[in-house]
Amino acid sequence: MKNFFKIFSFIILFSGLSLSTQAAEKVEYLKTDWSFKGLFGKFDRAALQRGYQVYTEVCSSCHSMKYLSYRNLAEKGGPEFSIEQAKAIAASFEVKDGPNSDGDMFTRPGRLSDKFVMPYDNVQAAQAANGGAYPPDMSVLVKARGGGVDYIYSLLQGYEDPPAGVTLDDGVYYNKYMYGNKIKMANQLSDGLVEYSDGTTASVEQMSKDVTTFLMWSAEPHLESRHQMGFKAILYLIILTILVYFSMKRIWSRIETEV
Amino acid sequence: MSDHEYTPKSKFGKWFNDRLPLLTLANHLTDYPTPKNLNYWWTFGGILTFCLITQIVTGLVLAMHYIAHADMAFDSVEHIMRDVNYGWLIRYIHANGASMFFLAVYIHIFRSLFYGSYKAPREIIWIIGIIIYLLMMAAAFLGYVLPWGQMSFWGATVITNLFSAIPLVGEGIVTWLWGGYSVDNPTLTRFFTLHYLIPFLILGLVVLHIWALHVPGNNNPVGIDIKKPSKDTVPFHPYIVIKDGFALLMFMIVFAFFVFYTPNILGHADNYIEANPLVTPAHIVPEWYLLPFYAILRSVPDKLLGVVAMLSAILILAALPWLDTSKIRSAVFRPLYRQFYWILVADVLILGYVGAMPAEGLYLLVARVATAYYFLHFLVILPVLGWKEKTLPIPLSITEPILGGSPNLATAKNKESSN
Repeated sequence: MKNFFKIFSFIILFSGLSLSTQAAEKVEYLKTDWSFKGLFGKFDRAALQRGYQVYTEVCSSCHSMKYLSYRNLAEKGGPEFSIEQAKAIAASFEVKDGPNSDGDMFTRPGRLSDKFVMPYDNVQAAQAANGGAYPPDMSVLVKARGGGVDYIYSLLQGYEDPPAGVTLDDGVYYNKYMYGNKIKMANQLSDGLVEYSDGTTASVEQMSKDVTTFLMWSAEPHLESRHQMGFKAILYLIILTILVYFSMKRIWSRIETEV
Repeated sequence: MSDHEYTPKSKFGKWFNDRLPLLTLANHLTDYPTPKNLNYWWTFGGILTFCLITQIVTGLVLAMHYIAHADMAFDSVEHIMRDVNYGWLIRYIHANGASMFFLAVYIHIFRSLFYGSYKAPREIIWIIGIIIYLLMMAAAFLGYVLPWGQMSFWGATVITNLFSAIPLVGEGIVTWLWGGYSVDNPTLTRFFTLHYLIPFLILGLVVLHIWALHVPGNNNPVGIDIKKPSKDTVPFHPYIVIKDGFALLMFMIVFAFFVFYTPNILGHADNYIEANPLVTPAHIVPEWYLLPFYAILRSVPDKLLGVVAMLSAILILAALPWLDTSKIRSAVFRPLYRQFYWILVADVLILGYVGAMPAEGLYLLVARVATAYYFLHFLVILPVLGWKEKTLPIPLSITEPILGGSPNLATAKNKESSN
């Protein structure tokens, strides 16, 4: 049994190491309480709805979200807009469809089944409009950046004047959390930029937190069911392990060797 | 395989068994005499079988939804993550399952190294194991390419380019591997095909691995040959089945923790960026389980020699039964080897660490020293140790650890009870 604990602690150590090497790469990001962290972490529904508002009113003019559909907005574990609200949101966008029976393309109001409307027709158009930089698709953005949510949250608040000696080209901005500190996206958030319908004060910090929460959901839409299932699965495994342990003891008691 | 004759009780069973002796096989597997002193390091064989089956089953489901096309692969993975029922679960089990598979296989290999399980008469088991390990690395590498993220694309580019180090025909081979002049759609489709094929090759080799094991029977922590069956052995069922089951469940708890709570920690963030041939990531790093070999590759300044060193580092293991000249199997009775064993473990961990770091300055120096030591261990220390080392007296059987009056009686007893 002693040996067994050695192995188990070895595996835990390995897991710990893998976690800490990841942590070692991080610069000191701004910290905030994320409701979706931890064993039972869930999304803050209101933050997701506010985050969607920030995305639509601010980010979506440049950043696409090509893996999301309007129906996702009403799904369980997400912002959980009502079906009517989601339909209204979808209908507020013009979607290009076709060809119709005459062979023509046409536009129509969006439906729940439509993907989020893209701000540009193609990558080249996006680059042309943004000084050569392609605003990345935001569907899985938090998973595509080393620092994850903390990085995005910090980046949105990390704009400052360049230190002496740093010269910036036209259309390049200084951000203390950006890799290499030079970013082609200008500071987008300012206090009171959006008007939250639930009365929350739209500070830069609040908007950053809300939109980052929204991005976390868009990258991991099944996070809540994953946490719930994970807890049940691990609890089940622990109980089964204990039962099997005692069965094992019982069976091995027939011979004198200890197990 | 089995030395005793088995006759099924039922008439139909006998009729069937005369034509296809499946029941004899089942009887052999349940009765298989196993040393009763096997410790928990021996449970990883069963755990590895579980890992392989898990990868095959989850992989099968993923293949139903995945599209192996350069323009659609990334999208289809996101489709699995979002719209396929429990697709996220299956993909996370498959992706983390690869890491768990390697964690288990490294424990399994280092167990063999400690207890000398590769020595006569088990050389064939060991060599089949090394082939399985090579195929696992190939499968893992090919699988990592399939999501067609940035690390997939650039990892594939770096690894396939290693073949260009071969003199004269290198460039031609790389073009042939790619199916074009760069990593592109033809590369992806063939990688998918091979990724699907290899696990079944591994499965076949696992059958041979177990078959070869059942001829001499298991090695054991004391490392001595034992009479089978005898009071030193227990039947595989129920004793080993329940013990392996218990260890497997503990392993599954760790596995589940990764899948449900930190599913992306063992991957690289850049692989959530769609492959872009025009943008090279700042650091191209392989998955953690390949890092020691990556460090060896980079520690040699010459490309061809680097590739040779990396391949030798793996293939040298196949020669291990002959490089280790000691007649004693278990490190328990080899005080000097035991120390060198732990230095080797540390050496490999150091190689893994520097493999993840940029190849420059101190990191490069450490990588070179660690690489040199790795080969020194196998090529010099092991053969010399076998001739020079003064080993402890070994017991005659598991139940009677040592001949009466031996000064090492107490140590042997301690070793035994701690198992």
